[in-house]
Amino acid sequence: MISRFSIVFCAVAASVVTALPAAAQDTVKLAYVDPLSGGGASIGEVGLKTFQYLADVTNAHGGIVGHKLEVVAYDNKLNAQETLVQVQKALDSGIRYITQGNGSAFAAAIEDFIAKYNDRNPGKEVLYFNYAAVDPILTNEKCSYWHFRWDANSDIKMTALTNYIKTRPSIKKIYLINQDYSFGQAVRAEARKMLNAKRPDIEIVGDEVHPLLKVTDFSPYIAKIKASGADSVITGNWGQDIALLIKASADAGLQVDWYTYYAGGTGGPTAIKQANVPDRVFAILEGVANAPYAPAQEFEKAFRAKYNGLTLFYPRAVNEIRMFVKAAEEAKSVEPLKVAAKLDGMKVTAFNGGDSLMRADDHQFFQPMYIANLGPLGKDQPFEEENTGWGWKVQGTIDTKDTLLPTSCKMNRPS
Amino acid sequence: MSEVASRVANVPVRDARPRPSAAAVARLVAPWLALAVAFAILPAIFTSGLALTMLSLMGIMIVFALSYNMLLGETGLLSFGHAVYYGLGGFLAVHAMNTVIHDRLPVPLPLIPIVGAISGLAFGVIFGSVSTRRAGTAFAMISLGVGELVSSSSLILRGFFGGEEGVSTNRTKLLHIFSLNFGPQIQVYYLIAAWCVLCMIAMYALTRTPFGRMCNAVRENPERAQFVGYNPRTVRFIAFSLAGLFAGIAGALAAINFELVNSAAVGAEQSGLVLLAAYVGGIGNFIGPVIGAVLVTWLRVMLSDVTDVWQLYFGLLFIGVVMFAPNGISGLIMMHAPLWRARAYRSMLRLALTYLAALAPALVLLAGLILFIEMSYHLSVKAAEGTTISLFHIAFDTTSVKAWAATVILIAGGFWLFRMTWPVVSAAWHDASAEAHGAGRAK
Amino acid sequence: MLELVTISTLNGVLYGMLLFLMASGLTLIFSMMGVLNFAHASFYMLGAFFGFQISQIVGFWPAFVVAPVLVGGIGALVERYGLRNVHRHGPVAELLFTFGLAFVIEEVVQMIWGKAPVDYRVPPSLDFSAFTAFSTNYPAYKMFELVTAVAIFAVLLGVFRRTRAGLIIQAALTHPDMVAMLGHNVPRVFMLVFGVGTGLAAVAGVIAGPALVTQSNMAGTLVAILFVVVVVGGLGSLSGAFLASLLIGLVQTFAVSVNLSVADVLGGIGVAPPSGGALSDLWNVTVAQLGPIIPYLLLVLILIFRPTGLMGTREQ
Repeated sequence: MISRFSIVFCAVAASVVTALPAAAQDTVKLAYVDPLSGGGASIGEVGLKTFQYLADVTNAHGGIVGHKLEVVAYDNKLNAQETLVQVQKALDSGIRYITQGNGSAFAAAIEDFIAKYNDRNPGKEVLYFNYAAVDPILTNEKCSYWHFRWDANSDIKMTALTNYIKTRPSIKKIYLINQDYSFGQAVRAEARKMLNAKRPDIEIVGDEVHPLLKVTDFSPYIAKIKASGADSVITGNWGQDIALLIKASADAGLQVDWYTYYAGGTGGPTAIKQANVPDRVFAILEGVANAPYAPAQEFEKAFRAKYNGLTLFYPRAVNEIRMFVKAAEEAKSVEPLKVAAKLDGMKVTAFNGGDSLMRADDHQFFQPMYIANLGPLGKDQPFEEENTGWGWKVQGTIDTKDTLLPTSCKMNRPS
Repeated sequence: MSEVASRVANVPVRDARPRPSAAAVARLVAPWLALAVAFAILPAIFTSGLALTMLSLMGIMIVFALSYNMLLGETGLLSFGHAVYYGLGGFLAVHAMNTVIHDRLPVPLPLIPIVGAISGLAFGVIFGSVSTRRAGTAFAMISLGVGELVSSSSLILRGFFGGEEGVSTNRTKLLHIFSLNFGPQIQVYYLIAAWCVLCMIAMYALTRTPFGRMCNAVRENPERAQFVGYNPRTVRFIAFSLAGLFAGIAGALAAINFELVNSAAVGAEQSGLVLLAAYVGGIGNFIGPVIGAVLVTWLRVMLSDVTDVWQLYFGLLFIGVVMFAPNGISGLIMMHAPLWRARAYRSMLRLALTYLAALAPALVLLAGLILFIEMSYHLSVKAAEGTTISLFHIAFDTTSVKAWAATVILIAGGFWLFRMTWPVVSAAWHDASAEAHGAGRAK
Repeated sequence: MLELVTISTLNGVLYGMLLFLMASGLTLIFSMMGVLNFAHASFYMLGAFFGFQISQIVGFWPAFVVAPVLVGGIGALVERYGLRNVHRHGPVAELLFTFGLAFVIEEVVQMIWGKAPVDYRVPPSLDFSAFTAFSTNYPAYKMFELVTAVAIFAVLLGVFRRTRAGLIIQAALTHPDMVAMLGHNVPRVFMLVFGVGTGLAAVAGVIAGPALVTQSNMAGTLVAILFVVVVVGGLGSLSGAFLASLLIGLVQTFAVSVNLSVADVLGGIGVAPPSGGALSDLWNVTVAQLGPIIPYLLLVLILIFRPTGLMGTREQ
């Protein structure tokens, strides 16, 4: 009786699992694997809209080598095993390009999985386009030929930031506060190293880590920052950790400059405006809407018009898709192996201007970086954030050549 | 004395335990053989890569959910932190695999779940010694606290837990036996299926032992169990440790399947998932968690493809089961067991027909509800993407009055028709029960 | 040193009061009805969002009154049509019902308000600095939180100890049949208690929303800590919950200020550090890093050594 039922149920349940139809011959599908429900959904949704818009624009201009580009969304529910299941689903329906960005942990899982898959299934190679996962390890110890990263990794961002700090003699005492996990630890370690090398006169008056996304009351940390006498704070915090941190600092009346990675994320500008600290919060970005580069500004205008004022958070996604199309056109094919060969070492003009390079050694994209701060806008700065009336304004530009970093990658190239 | 008794009773003296007949043995073994055969031929029916992955996941979840039911269904212990033993089993398994690879030890992959078992047992004993002092709500709270503790410390003890990225491994690098390297998913599936059958047999056997019965007794009435002479605390402690053992095996199988374990494996979400699976399937019988595991795994993988608000459907499913079918799906099926045993086939057939009759309006009602949810969702969140959505291959314009009117009609009409069938179903049920009991065959 | 202690104490008390605001309703429901309400944090979230939406239309102060009433009403309906039907299936079923309810509420909130944080602001009438201690400003809004929490505590205590209604409610928990036989409508009492409990959660939401981030995932992060407060305080004790919130608030705040690690402490005694592996992480972890984990440690310890909690009256 028992086994009968179990057979029946296994059969019934699994019988509804049918192989999804293989991709139509003239559509190139890009699987977008990111959180679309639960905690990370607000971020994942933005990325999805960005890629869908880019696909529409691409198709309006003739597609990829005549094929239509289609973005297929997979919800990874912020879970590494689930990410792998969804990637398997994508591969099963014939998709050969995966893109993902939210969470270096998931990026590492995907990179590992794709590397093993390509190894065990020659001829069916799959490429992984990483648009936002910044753990340096993905283009160093754990690098892979099949992985391409369009976001400057956190070490590169710190290089750009410290190069900017080098030009600011008013900064004397820096406090470091970060989230206690691999990314936050990487930020603080690199900050110490690079500040020591470039500005040994700067005193690091505090180095704090706190549990990730668990702290609701940052006032004790603000008290410590105040007590240390710091004039600037460097932090890699994102999500509610940056919003609450800045709010707490405003509550306590703390007057410091904030050098951040992710103050521009969803909810950040709102918190900064609520805290009423104009021009105090800086972010290191690969593209700023208010930068005076006409083609980028036009694109931004069109994007915001379509999505009701939503900011283009991922200029790097534009770079990714444009280079994907270019590589396919140069290779005259959408075969992943051939596209990868063309992406290897490709040089382009970045979305926001400036010469950029997809370095062949580690498949890391190098581009100009910008330090911007959030505050009231000037006359020819048309883009504001999240209906606050404030926008990002460029305070410093770091050329591509000043962002280059050596890599420890020993890439296994296909013969 | 026995001679006198035998002459008086005219009954030959026998052993206390007569040897079972061949037929009885066959009846005992046959279902498990059939199960093994079924597991073996499933991949031949469902050949896609996704199906294989899903079957592997179901196998893992079955072991996990059954281990959970050892606590909840058998011993009455509601735990919110069972994933701790699953996750720790996985972590120790993955560390063991890496050690084997690094030191080139002659350990083949199929033996790795034993590491998971030992780890689950060890941690079950350690945490169980403090958790099982209390039962009921206090136990639930302790399990929640222990779960949160372990999952929070996973970001601090970076060496063991591998930090955010977890610990990864390569299952093809262990010792190959029978020229199997376990690279292809099909080989991993058979490994999981074999372990799953073994664990199912073991856990089923446990429920049949006196110990299993004592667990049930402690669940029903701990005071009385104490008077009979069994210490409820000891019983709970042993049950807890054994549940940890099997959860550890499930964790090790997951480690083998994904070649990756991270802190989410010990987290609250994983604990909640196994609770959902066991409860929806039904905690009252052995087969319940199996059904629940299969269903929840399938939903979790496939539902997010068709809708963005899959969490809402999960929540509603859960509430629906709790309110209308608290014994789960298996409870609903087992309700019919007396009828089957009484061989009341005719009335059962009539009952089945009324179920079918009730099913149609129920489906209409369901379709209306889904339409309502999806249209509201689209209107509120996705308005920028145009106003039409496609449901069941029909396009609906979310701003048109017609679509909303259709929704209201489907819901109202479906509910009204459904309601009309209730007395019919009820009557058929009564007839069937009466026939079953009146026929004198049922107990 | 004095500055550190004063500021940490002030911050700890303020944080503790916020916790109490959230946990007061849960204690009420838990002690009065024996129902572990997993969806309590979800009602807190509903309060925050309702407060936000209403304050957009008529301002903060009307929202402060209306939002909790609305949410309390929803809570009463949930009890009447949901929990009551589930009650006869046992405590596990009740718990699981509230579990599923938490999911559903979160999804519905996401559907209506989206997944991004909303701009819920401190009302201008309270947006100034109340006082300054050691060059750190304390905003008036936090004082308002403190005052509200204390007021709620006083009112609840008064109602349950001194009024007839409170006595009936207490009696209905332990002897529902007797109370019913005396002519009181016990189901109505339960509905009222559940409604008031969820209404209290909503008050916490309306107040905490501007201070914290008002977002659809705000419930998930709070559930565990609310349970810790209730259990540590003691099942059946409002004063215990008050004490426990203060305790947890102070402990967490002080922990952050302490920069000692295990290495510092044990190294000071003369114990040599382990060379590597898993134990070296444990060695180097600081008390500050452990801060947010301390409540769970407290929970487990209390449940082992004093299961009735700090001031609990009965064992469950």
